[in-house]
Amino acid sequence: MSPAPIRAAFAQAFREAWAGGAGVLLPASFFAGAAMLVPFAVGSDSDQLAAIGGGVLWVALALASLVTMERLFQADLEDGALDLWVQADVPMSAIAAAKVAAHWLVSGLPLALLSPLLGLMLQMEPDRLPPAMLAYGIGGLAFFLWGAFGAALSATVRRGGLLIALIALPFYVPTAIFGAMSLQAEVPMPLIETLFLSAATLFSMAVAPFGIAAALRLATD
Amino acid sequence: MAILSAFANPHRFMAFSNALLPWLGAGAAILITYSIWQGLYVLPPEAYQGDSARIMIVHVPAAWLSMGGYMGMAVASLVWFVWRHEIADVAAKSMAVFGAGYTAICLMTGAVWGKPTWGTWFQWDDARMVSVLVMFFIYVGYIALRAAMDTRQKAARAGAILAMVGAINVPIIKFSVDIWASLHQDASVLRLDGPAMAPEFLTPLLLGALGHTLLFAALVLVAMRAEVRLRRADALMMRRMAGA
Amino acid sequence: MNDENLISANGLGMIRGARVLFGEVSLFAKPGEAIVLRGSNGAGKTTLLRILAGLTQPAAGDVTRAAEVHWLGHRDGLKPHESPVEHLSLWARAWGGGATDPVIERMGLTRPKDVPAALLSAGQRRRTALGRLLLVDRPVWLLDEPFSALDTNGRDLLLELIAGHRASGGAVIAAIHGEAGFTASREVVL
Repeated sequence: MSPAPIRAAFAQAFREAWAGGAGVLLPASFFAGAAMLVPFAVGSDSDQLAAIGGGVLWVALALASLVTMERLFQADLEDGALDLWVQADVPMSAIAAAKVAAHWLVSGLPLALLSPLLGLMLQMEPDRLPPAMLAYGIGGLAFFLWGAFGAALSATVRRGGLLIALIALPFYVPTAIFGAMSLQAEVPMPLIETLFLSAATLFSMAVAPFGIAAALRLATD
Repeated sequence: MAILSAFANPHRFMAFSNALLPWLGAGAAILITYSIWQGLYVLPPEAYQGDSARIMIVHVPAAWLSMGGYMGMAVASLVWFVWRHEIADVAAKSMAVFGAGYTAICLMTGAVWGKPTWGTWFQWDDARMVSVLVMFFIYVGYIALRAAMDTRQKAARAGAILAMVGAINVPIIKFSVDIWASLHQDASVLRLDGPAMAPEFLTPLLLGALGHTLLFAALVLVAMRAEVRLRRADALMMRRMAGA
Repeated sequence: MNDENLISANGLGMIRGARVLFGEVSLFAKPGEAIVLRGSNGAGKTTLLRILAGLTQPAAGDVTRAAEVHWLGHRDGLKPHESPVEHLSLWARAWGGGATDPVIERMGLTRPKDVPAALLSAGQRRRTALGRLLLVDRPVWLLDEPFSALDTNGRDLLLELIAGHRASGGAVIAAIHGEAGFTASREVVL
């Protein structure tokens, strides 16, 4: 098994996700927009915002990961590229992992990098922002993997966006819990909580690619 | 394994389930009636919660079937995935509906129980209630996914993939919810487990759980029989159209 | 040239929903042969080719592949932003194939080679997709309506490719609606 097809899949998915910058700007704008709606809905009280700000960003991250998923495999299915990838000489799970990794780099990681700015606006304590950014990066990867699993299962479904959310959201629960816990820890670097969060992400990395691969084989069937 | 191969053949399944159904129905009726009668009239009010705890006679079996139903679905999905016995897919599809139903019953009885006990309809500190809520969404996702697929074969395959991946995830989700709820534990007024449960509740509770399990099995078999007939009718219609 | 089957299928059957698409289809292809699949719309020609390619699981029967296959569906597999050069070099890398320049030249894509697929004509996109067949040498070509979207020149080019492939010991199985334009070894009617 040569890594060349995996690298090629990553390169193609990266370019596809980038698509002239829209792949970064749209999710990032959605992430910021969803977070900015919260003060209007719950009030401008600084203490209250400080208490919920980190959690609000987790919810916004989960939603932002879902809105980018619908076209992830559907486009490949419609233009015929998925047929070719299924036939590549490597396990489909490796191709799937490469595609999700590329998608997360373009549409997920920037959200984590943007989180300190939004966190400040939501009155989070400044010294919490760096560990929170790390947590959004790690947890976001799990969101993208499970979201991609939902997207692969609903690849043949027209307007499957809602279905993706319904399938993926229960799988987001551990990441949301450990992620939020890491924001509430007392120490400057919440080690235990971050380890739990990383464990949830590692678990999704171990399981989701195989689920995605099985679902994509079904989509091309 | 003998039971499994008896179920694998649709004709034998129809005969077998037809013979089994009256026994399941009768057993379920007797045990459920007994447990409810015990719960409502015979047992004394529970020491801490008074009369409201009587609802556990329904609530606890429903919680068990919420989890047990999903596990049954996952096993049926695995059997379908490995051996492609169509009847295993029919079983998974049928179990999902009634598993979701029992999950809904568990949530509703939990709310009715929670209101006098904790003063709220839904207590987020209670890890088990929260797990059951997540379970409900897993069921809904499964049913919605199957419904969205355009052919039966695709529905079977997509459903099996989701049920199996879901089954791997359920322990992780449950573990995370337990940890999360334990962080807020001191806020809760009363615990359901531990010494709070009176021993005289145990026997009617177990018999009620058995009764509801038999009812679940009976309902699943009825739904499976309907699905097998539906697929036969489809096949007949297609043969007629091909012949014309 | 040996006389072994490059690909063979035995008793293939396919069900879609409750509908039997086809049953008991058997075929084989030896080096140098070309098999043409015939059948009305919806008869399952595409599905049969996808089963031969290993993309779709048959409800009954089995496929034996003694050689690697190239699958060319009616969808070209190009991304909107990909130019012919980018597309072909991507798949050359993925498949471990050779240089793309000769393929570009052979397919008559020298002029639009850097134009994104979204701006190419349907025929140019088709030529790019056909170019994938030349990137790596795979003995069995499975072609689904390969002549669609091609003009007369493109048609002649594809006929040359098919003839060359057969002459070098390859086999072609193609679903074709109208005139094939080449001598088929056998026809399979669904």
